[in-house]
Amino acid sequence: MVEKTPILDTLTYLFLMLGIVVVGFPIIYTIIAATLPIEEVSKVPMPLIPGDQFWVNIQEAWSRGDLGTQLFNSFIMAAGITFGKIVVSMIGAFSIVYFDYRFRTVAFVAVFCTLMLPVEVRILPTYEMAANLFGPLQPVWDALHLNSLVSWIAGHEIEVALEWCLLDSYTGLILPLVASATCTFLFRQFFLTVPEELCEAAKMDGASAMTFFRKILLPLSKTNIAALVVIEFVYGWNQYLWPLLITTNPKMTTAIIGLQHLIPSPEDVPEWNIALAGALIVMLPPILVVLFMQRWFVKGLVDPEK
Amino acid sequence: MIKRSIFRSKTLPYFLILPQILVTATFFYWPAVQGLAQSLMRSDPFGHRNTFVWLDNFIALFTDPLYLKSIGITLIFSLSTAFVAISFGLFIATMANRALKAKPLIRTMLIWPYAVAPAVSGMLWLFLLHPSYGVIAIALKNWFGVDWNPVLRGSDAMIMVIIASAWREVSYNFIFFLAGMQAIPKSLIEAAAIDGASPFKRFWKITFPLLSPTLFFVMVMNIIYTFFDTFGVIHTVTQGGPGGATNILIYKVYQDGFIGLNLGSSAAQSIVLMTLIISITVVQFKYVERKVQYAG
Repeated sequence: MVEKTPILDTLTYLFLMLGIVVVGFPIIYTIIAATLPIEEVSKVPMPLIPGDQFWVNIQEAWSRGDLGTQLFNSFIMAAGITFGKIVVSMIGAFSIVYFDYRFRTVAFVAVFCTLMLPVEVRILPTYEMAANLFGPLQPVWDALHLNSLVSWIAGHEIEVALEWCLLDSYTGLILPLVASATCTFLFRQFFLTVPEELCEAAKMDGASAMTFFRKILLPLSKTNIAALVVIEFVYGWNQYLWPLLITTNPKMTTAIIGLQHLIPSPEDVPEWNIALAGALIVMLPPILVVLFMQRWFVKGLVDPEK
Repeated sequence: MIKRSIFRSKTLPYFLILPQILVTATFFYWPAVQGLAQSLMRSDPFGHRNTFVWLDNFIALFTDPLYLKSIGITLIFSLSTAFVAISFGLFIATMANRALKAKPLIRTMLIWPYAVAPAVSGMLWLFLLHPSYGVIAIALKNWFGVDWNPVLRGSDAMIMVIIASAWREVSYNFIFFLAGMQAIPKSLIEAAAIDGASPFKRFWKITFPLLSPTLFFVMVMNIIYTFFDTFGVIHTVTQGGPGGATNILIYKVYQDGFIGLNLGSSAAQSIVLMTLIISITVVQFKYVERKVQYAG
């Protein structure tokens, strides 16, 4: 750095190597375990030389855990959350920053209040909400005596119950997690730094609000969007509690939940090689996204703090 | 805050903000109100009738020894995890910041655990620390004579979930600390070096104080992570056991509400957690706002 400190520099690299090994150890060990046959894995201690059963274990984990379907579900959920969050919060922030209307501040405060309130703290009522999205409208319906109105129109007695169940559906997996104040806040901060002249020039050229949004704001936000794509994809993919609650059908659940069925219980044959092969498959997509989009990921994670 | 140059439209801004408001109202405000109402009521076992019982649920909660125990466990778990993850992350980041060569490679090798789901992280460590197959457990037994058994002993189970939770968070903290250190002007460090301050002194007198806003932010994020996101770790590794030794608050909400179907108590627990997180957020914003100017 500034002066020559050969001993300290050597130590630095030594500690770094050590740190990388400590951090990487679980994954290295998992990869080794996933290549071994069952007899080797349950040997004590497990050999540290990779075996040749990697594809066999991967295939076994794939078919036993029905990972094909579940990875697809995970992907739909992660992509849906990412896309939904970014679209909803971007147009929301656009409305808050570039327009002046009566309820602007109210809307902003209402959204801002949900910042950092994870779905975990309100699981039960949110679950009830997802079980019947129209539940809160039922009292309104009853109070307005719309039943009798419908009956009168139809000419005979009809009981109308409003119901829209989100359990075991993609909508249910995605929609409740789309409510995010963080993204809205981020886009708002970013839009505020966009020079006023751009908007003035666009208006002078006769561009409408939506043209300005499409042609100017959207291209300018590219980096921010890329960063959010990485962060939200990882967030969506790694969701645990919510999919656990609202999916009961194994065909609708996500890979992270499905993976738990591969963990051998104390009574079973300890087939850790297959469980860990499954774990490798499931954690690969978000790791690849983070590694390949590292630059945007770090930027997106660190910048909002400032 | 708003732009000087704005668009004029009567209806468009409402349409644009509508999706956000709808989702927020449906999945945040309405459930929150419902939860609050539920926490003040007691439902009969068939869910037909609700009786309004004022704060009985809360009184029952705070006189329940199991709940008080769970609070204690959550504090131990949360603080230890945050401490391990922060000190390790800070140490590695300091080292990485000193390294002159291969910086991108080092960063790449250290950030990927962030992408691993807490539940999967729990699974990996469950295997490493498994009392009969786990390589670390066996090494502990053979080399140090430690009788490691997280299945039966609560303290061992606690250590296991702390490690599994901290591992993933180390890389998160690492990213923030490294970015924070790179933002410190080189000239400050150089000036101190010319004045004869050793690398250690420079770290404690310059880097560390300038890093304090980052440190505070990371601390808050770690606490929130350990309170809520670690549900996956607990559910995979210990399921709150043995004997409730790792039954943290968020897991208890799930157990009481979904498994035990004690709606009133579960709602009251949710309200307690909500209050907690809202106060953390408020404190953070107050503090961060003051600190921003200091950080320049």
